[in-house]
Amino acid sequence: MGEKVLMKGNEAIAEAAIRAGCRYFFGYPITPQSELPAYLARKFPEVGGTFLQAESEVAASNMIYGAAGAGARVLTSSSSPGISLKAEGISYIAGAELPAVIINIMRGGPGLGSIQPSQADYFQATKGMAHGDFSLTVLAPSTVQEAVDLTMEAFEIADRYRNPVLLVGDGIIGQMMEPVEFKEAIDPDELPKKEWATDGAKGREPNVINSLALEPEDLEDHNMKLKAKYDKMKEEEVRYEELYTDDADIIIVAYGTTARISSRAIEMARKEGYKVGMIRPITLFPFPTDIINETADRVDDFLAVEMSTGQMVEDVRLAVNGKKPVHFYGRTGGVVPSPEEIVNKIKEIGGEK
Amino acid sequence: MNEEIIMAGFGGQGIMLMGKLLTYAGMKEDKEVSWMPSYGPEMRGGTANCTVIISDKRIPSPMSSKPDSIIVMNLPSLDKFLPKVKSGGTVFMNSSLIAEEVTRDDVKVIKVPANEMANEIGNSKIANMVMLGSFVEEKNIVKPETVKESLEKVLSARNQKLIDLNVKALEKGKEFK
Repeated sequence: MGEKVLMKGNEAIAEAAIRAGCRYFFGYPITPQSELPAYLARKFPEVGGTFLQAESEVAASNMIYGAAGAGARVLTSSSSPGISLKAEGISYIAGAELPAVIINIMRGGPGLGSIQPSQADYFQATKGMAHGDFSLTVLAPSTVQEAVDLTMEAFEIADRYRNPVLLVGDGIIGQMMEPVEFKEAIDPDELPKKEWATDGAKGREPNVINSLALEPEDLEDHNMKLKAKYDKMKEEEVRYEELYTDDADIIIVAYGTTARISSRAIEMARKEGYKVGMIRPITLFPFPTDIINETADRVDDFLAVEMSTGQMVEDVRLAVNGKKPVHFYGRTGGVVPSPEEIVNKIKEIGGEK
Repeated sequence: MNEEIIMAGFGGQGIMLMGKLLTYAGMKEDKEVSWMPSYGPEMRGGTANCTVIISDKRIPSPMSSKPDSIIVMNLPSLDKFLPKVKSGGTVFMNSSLIAEEVTRDDVKVIKVPANEMANEIGNSKIANMVMLGSFVEEKNIVKPETVKESLEKVLSARNQKLIDLNVKALEKGKEFK
């Protein structure tokens, strides 16, 4: 680890991508993530990278499709409406089994929505990005340092599974400054060669990058192969953090910024005698289902806190599987919940103390 | 120790820089720190603000609904953030631009004629540093030396030549507490 520096989330993610050996970025600016491409536009020329501001998000996502097919570590970033535009390309990338990293610094929606922090793209990220049977690995950092570490790891996961990885933050993670330390930079020339890449077929059989399979049986085989990959992710990539789960009666499930705010609410509620703990999903797909299910055997209630009208709460309910009540508290549209509001909800669930 | 500060003023008064400098100094002293700007469709002539948190413990949220202190550089900022200050908190106000009195009696008020002091030093743009100098002296959260040492890291390359001037402004602010 190097020296501590103070950086904005968006810029820190960009720096982490460079350190991960990423040298290709295709995107289109949108608030609240524009500092990310701006940083790369400034820094990529120094490291021999290619920064291209595409004519649209649709074009940018097809450019990452191309670069990923040629074996490059490639990044794109956007915010909610821009990710919707990139969705078509992301489906092709997943279908063609290509590694790429996508950043979504979420803002209020639907439509153009607002530019303030939001977590209303949970369904999109984990279930409905685009057409077809596919999943992305979805990472949800709650600090700038974690955003940096997960961005570097995202490229590894993407290569390991040959699957796009989506990192979701919100306007707060993107805009805030916190101290960060960076790991040693990876030299892209030292990365293992991707034998499947379409990088010139001289002296070998041509590789094919494609997402078209007209024979239903062939496509079904391909779909089952993809499913096996997602099942393996569920076995090996689940990440979460526990806080005060040992003695808790109520477990909050929250990710990203709302997990930070919830941790303050937990401290406040504990002072008043409410035994509250938290499970913070770090991977939204694969979701930390098992730990939530196991915890349900010994606690009374669950409370999902989100900046949406209730999306992740559905996965919490599936994980709890009817063992205990699952409550919900959310603010949305760019409104950020306060710790006090969460404490009130805890009191409502826990009753008088 | 957990200090939450909202700094606010007109766009162009160096609000963000003042916040970054304090945050950097906190980081240098190995404290937990966060800096969060207001972002969004702000009106020209409207208020810009940022929230700085310096703490001994991990910072849960980078936003503050009840700040311990506010540093307000103009009247709209005072109007907007005075109601939020914690009871017993401190209001640092730029008395060069705010003639009004603070309407609460449960907060400490420190008036700093920041623009006049900045003009006296010879550069009206460093009123922000006069304000910060007063804050650092009064609140004792980070050492004044650390703030000065942090200038080199926080000021852009083209403003490095202004370090001495900034130090002078920080010193000037000390007189107001």
